[in-house]
Amino acid sequence: MDEISQNLQAFNCPVPLSQHETIQLGHGSGGTLTHELIKRIFQKHLGNEILNSGNDAAILPFSLEEKLVVSTDAHIVSPLFFPGGDIGRLAVCGTVNDVAVMGARVEALTASFILEEGLSLESLERIVSSMADACLEAGIKIVAGDTKVTERGKSDGLFISTAGFGWLSAKRQIAGDLAQPGDAVIVSGPMGNHGVAIAQARGNLGFSSSVQSDVAPLNSMIASLLEAIPDVHVMRDPTRGGLATTLVEIARQSGVSIELKEDQIPVDRAVRSVCDMLGLDPLYMANEGKLILILPSASVQKALSVLQNHKYGRSAALIGKVLEKSNGKVWLKTMFGTTRVLDMLSAEMLPRIC
Amino acid sequence: MTSPLPVDHRSPALTLRLAAEIKAATSRPWNIMEICGGQTHSILQYGLDQLLPQEIRLIHGPGCPVCVTSLESIENALTLAANPEVIFTSFGDMLRVPGVSCDLLTARSHGSDVRVVYSPLEAVKIAEANPAKQVVFFAIGFETTVPSIAATIKHAERNDINNFSILPANVLVPPAMKSILGSENRLVHAFLAAGHVCAVMGFHEYLPIAKLYQRPIVVTGFEPVDLMTGILMAVRQLESGRAEVENAYSRAVNQEGNLAAQALINEVFEPVDRKWRGIGLIPLSGLGLKEKYQHFDAINRFGFNASTISESSVCLAGKVLQGLINPPQCPAFGTACTPTKPVGAPMVSAEGTCNAYYRFQRGS
Repeated sequence: MDEISQNLQAFNCPVPLSQHETIQLGHGSGGTLTHELIKRIFQKHLGNEILNSGNDAAILPFSLEEKLVVSTDAHIVSPLFFPGGDIGRLAVCGTVNDVAVMGARVEALTASFILEEGLSLESLERIVSSMADACLEAGIKIVAGDTKVTERGKSDGLFISTAGFGWLSAKRQIAGDLAQPGDAVIVSGPMGNHGVAIAQARGNLGFSSSVQSDVAPLNSMIASLLEAIPDVHVMRDPTRGGLATTLVEIARQSGVSIELKEDQIPVDRAVRSVCDMLGLDPLYMANEGKLILILPSASVQKALSVLQNHKYGRSAALIGKVLEKSNGKVWLKTMFGTTRVLDMLSAEMLPRIC
Repeated sequence: MTSPLPVDHRSPALTLRLAAEIKAATSRPWNIMEICGGQTHSILQYGLDQLLPQEIRLIHGPGCPVCVTSLESIENALTLAANPEVIFTSFGDMLRVPGVSCDLLTARSHGSDVRVVYSPLEAVKIAEANPAKQVVFFAIGFETTVPSIAATIKHAERNDINNFSILPANVLVPPAMKSILGSENRLVHAFLAAGHVCAVMGFHEYLPIAKLYQRPIVVTGFEPVDLMTGILMAVRQLESGRAEVENAYSRAVNQEGNLAAQALINEVFEPVDRKWRGIGLIPLSGLGLKEKYQHFDAINRFGFNASTISESSVCLAGKVLQGLINPPQCPAFGTACTPTKPVGAPMVSAEGTCNAYYRFQRGS
């Protein structure tokens, strides 16, 4: 111990702290780096009580009965077409879901297109037609749009930015800071499919699998759910950063700790295989058609039966519970009865070497 | 939920039964080092250390290929990546390892063409698709990554691909084990040898080490049942005063290993002295290109002065990598040093000891 304590006093690490002075890809991961960037630049200059609430969408006062919900989202994905979807379907569903998880009825979307010189019109048409299909399914319209073109090489084929608008009953209270001790945690289906489908579609893994993206509009399932269970406390879609990152956000916002049971969390066999091979964790992989619900434990059976009756909620499962008030920790009980902490994704997820 | 592997190897019932057997077999304190970062990752991911009796202390060894890659190799990588002629390719998690001033990801954001590849062959394909560029592959990792790198070099030689080279930084496990056992601090009573490395190299190399240093060495896999079996076999040897090489991973490993892969390695590479980050120079612990393949060495090809940076002798990352302390004993752990801003290399990779501790045990 003497040698160790001596070294503790003489601590002098050979590597300087890496302060990022330029944007790193990890700033887009949805994890810790993203949160730091938002705090350091965006909240610093643009911050206000609505922006700083940190939910998927903003709630604006409108009338005594209803509030206006607004959300905006930029979509970049490579490749533009992937198993189970494409950037168009992703753009529509992502924004519909961000508005719907606030408990709002989605009214309309707007869409801006940044097109790269050289993009084939055939690809663009396929993407826009896929957006139309997703709108039809979600029962909404795109009511305004914009188009810009960049020189070849200045953008990755096509970027789409969408905004979504919806109406929220003034009585409805769903937010990330409303998780209560004793509440149950439910997910609407298997975790990680979108993230794995994208990794695989990039085509450089050296193998292929049958994994499809789960990208889907969830507003009709959410509407059925809220009709049956008006007192849902928290609802989120675990996109970038996956289940773990989203639950840590919720735990911190609500000032509670959450315990999950590993063997109750649904993960498709193929997703698990790919993650095992690459050293990735399905709990940190993105989803684009899944819900996390936190609600009173008395409502669990009803919620599961509503979800399981919907095509996007067939494998909905109870995965854990909210424990006591605390500083926001998420614990995972493994199938061996041991416990580990789940933290936010810190930066880009990079495959391990061996 | 189903597992892609035969269910046995993740069976909670079997794992708990093995835990009970380990407890029954243990009469006094033992320090067991798992060599491989993949094993450290599994132990902390599944919380297997929580299932062991207090007497058994697991020491996490230097087996994270990213963590032990020397500072000077990273500086050489940054020098190469800064060359506008170069497309620099690497396995993903190497990109976040900090060098002196920055890491490869930062270099990329400053305009270097740095690309993540999943295999060295992919780097050669990039070379073929970009004949006007020089493509350099960062050859890191243990014996596990070497056969595919050797095969890639031979492929490039055969097909006259002249714009491909490697930055050699591969390291070997047995010399590191000897170095750990040869140091003054003989903390480690037994080793769990890295299953994947042994799948390539076999385990005959460990026989003289076990004998000379009188330490049990158990070839061990990565799943919970594999790891608990390896620990049980190590404890039984220790308790009965034996120091043998045993194989707890026989579904993947035999004594000779993969002879074809070894022949490939020996044709292209030869052992050279190499620095390990946090440990220092270990004689004949790395692989360099043989004379015949020297023209594939990026340092020769670009003719620059290779970095000779040394690390401070008082770095706790080194103590962690040698198993002398656990990460939370480092004053920077979780405060100045986190996965977002790694100070030392073991915080960078998911396989790194500090990173695994940070993610799986912080706050517990």
